[in-house]
Amino acid sequence: MAVVPLARKPLTFAERTYVPQILGGLKITIKRFFQPTETLQYPEQRPEIPKNYRGVPTLVRDPNGREKCVSCQLCEFVCPPKAIRITPGEIAPDAPTAHVEKAPLAFDIDMLRCIYCGLCQEVCPEEAIFLQNQYSMSGYTRAEMVNNKDRLYELGGTLPDQHYKWDKKKAAEVHGAAHH
Amino acid sequence: MADFFFNLHPVIQGLIKGLAVICVIFPFAGACSMAERKVSAWIQGRPGPNRAIPIWFAWVPVLGPALQKIGAFHLLADGLKFLFKEEPTPGHVHKFYFTLAPIVAMIPAFTTVTVVPFGAYLDAAGRVIPLALANVDVGLLAVFAVSSLGVYSLILAGWASNSKYPFLGGVRASAQLISYELSMTLSVIPVFLWINAPGQPGTLSLAKVVEFQSGALQSWTAPGWGGVWFVFLMPVSAFIFIVSLFAETNRQPFDMPESEADLVGGFHTEYGAFKWSLFFVAEYSHMIVGSGVFTLLFFGGWNPLPWLPLATLAGWLHLAHAPLWLGLLSILIFLVKVAVLIFVFMWVRWTVPRFRYDQVMRIGWKQLLPLAIANLLAYAIAIAVIQK
Repeated sequence: MAVVPLARKPLTFAERTYVPQILGGLKITIKRFFQPTETLQYPEQRPEIPKNYRGVPTLVRDPNGREKCVSCQLCEFVCPPKAIRITPGEIAPDAPTAHVEKAPLAFDIDMLRCIYCGLCQEVCPEEAIFLQNQYSMSGYTRAEMVNNKDRLYELGGTLPDQHYKWDKKKAAEVHGAAHH
Repeated sequence: MADFFFNLHPVIQGLIKGLAVICVIFPFAGACSMAERKVSAWIQGRPGPNRAIPIWFAWVPVLGPALQKIGAFHLLADGLKFLFKEEPTPGHVHKFYFTLAPIVAMIPAFTTVTVVPFGAYLDAAGRVIPLALANVDVGLLAVFAVSSLGVYSLILAGWASNSKYPFLGGVRASAQLISYELSMTLSVIPVFLWINAPGQPGTLSLAKVVEFQSGALQSWTAPGWGGVWFVFLMPVSAFIFIVSLFAETNRQPFDMPESEADLVGGFHTEYGAFKWSLFFVAEYSHMIVGSGVFTLLFFGGWNPLPWLPLATLAGWLHLAHAPLWLGLLSILIFLVKVAVLIFVFMWVRWTVPRFRYDQVMRIGWKQLLPLAIANLLAYAIAIAVIQK
C-alpha cells in the first residue's frame, strides 16, 4: 500500500483572519440573490403528477358508462385502516346490465382513515377502484371528509377498459358458448 | 408656509421636526423588516412574501400586482397584527420593568437620529449648510453616548422576564455591547485626529467630517486630499467600525443576545405583540442610524462620489439657488448610501453563521481591540508627521 505523506499546512494569515472566507460566502449568496427562484406558486401552478401516483381512491366507470364495482367487498375487507364501507345492492332485473347482478347501494371511503396504501386497487377483481391524481382533500367537518358513492364516481370518471368482461360474458351467453 | 414655520416658537419647531423624523424612521424600520424577509428569500432562492393584497388594490392594473409582488401589504398586515393582537404578559415577570424595557429600547434608538445630519443645501453665500435636527458640536460623542444606552433595554428585558433564557441573553448583551463599544470608539479617533488641526477649536461634529470629504477635484494628476472619502484613507478604521457596528446592533454574526438556536429568543423570549415589535423597530433604527453614521464618517455623507462634492453637482444641475430641491437631492443621495449599507447588513446576516459566545469575546478583546489601538497609534504618528 502506497503511503502518501500529506503535510498538515498551518493556516495562512489571511485564513486566520476569516475575512477571505466571509467574502467567498458573500460572493455565493449574492450570486444566488440574482438567480430566479425555484418556488412553485402552488394554487396557481400545480405540480406535475408522476405516473402511477397514488392519490385519493376513486371509483370508475367503463367507457360504456357502466359502473364497474360489483360490491364484492374485497376492498372493504382488505383495507388496513378500515376506511371503506360498502352496502351491497342488487341491479334491477330489467336493467341492461342485469346479468352483472350486484352493484353497491352505498360506498363510503373515510378519507380521515385512508392511508393511501393502494391495497383496494390491487385487490379489486373488477378494476373498479383506482388511486388517481387527486392529492388535496379538504373539508370543514368530519362528515365532509367521507367520500360517498356519488363523490367517488365524480372524482374517478371513466377509465379505458381492456377487457369488457361483462360484455363478453353476455355475448357468450347469447351465443350459447357460456363457459360457466 | 416656510415663513409660518420659522415664526413658530423654537420648541414647537423642534417638536414638529422631531415628529417628522420619527415619522420617517418608524416606517423605514418597518420597511427594513420587510426588506430583510425579501433579501433572505432571494438569497435562499424563494420569492418571499408576495400574497397579501387588499381587494381594492387588486383592481389597480400594474401598480397593485407590483406592490403585491414586493410584499408591501405584508408590511402593513404585520404592523396591524402587532398593533391589534392580544398582548399577554407572562405571570412570572416583573411587570413594571417588563413594560419599561421596550420603551427604553425605543428612546435611544430615536434620540440618536437628532444629531445625525442627513443632508445639506447651499445658502445664499454658497456655503454648505448641513440639515440636522440638532447640529451639535459633540456630534459623534452624542451618538455613542445615547446609543449605548440601548443596552439597558436588553438587560432590563432579560432581567425582568425572570426566566433563564432571557436572562442569559441580557447578560450576553451587556458583555458584548460593552466589549465592542471600545473598538468602535477607538476606530473613529483617527478620523477626528485628521480633521482637527492642533491649536484650533476642536470638533466632533459629523457635518464637519463630511466637510472634510467634500473637496473638489483639483486636477487629474494630483486630485487633492480633500475629495478622498475616509474609507480609502483609513480602511482599517472603517473595517473595525463596521464590524463593531454589527456587534453593537446585535446583527448576525454577532446576535448573541437573541441567538434563537441556543437561547430560544434571547432577551425577547417572553415578549409578544406590540412590545416585541418595538424591540425590532429599535434594532432596525439602530441599524439605520449606525449605517448613517458610517456613511457620514467614511463614505462622504451626502457627496455623490469621491472628488465630486454636492456643491459641484449643484452647479451642474443649477440647483445652487433652490435650497429645497438641493436639500431633497442630498437627502436622497444620503439615503441611497444608507440603504446600500443596510443591504450589506442583511446580506452578511444571511451568509455568515453566528459566532460562538467565546469567539465573540475573543474577537472583541483579543483581535479587534489591539487592532484598533495599533491603528490609532499608526494614524496618530502619520498625522503628526504630515501635519507638522
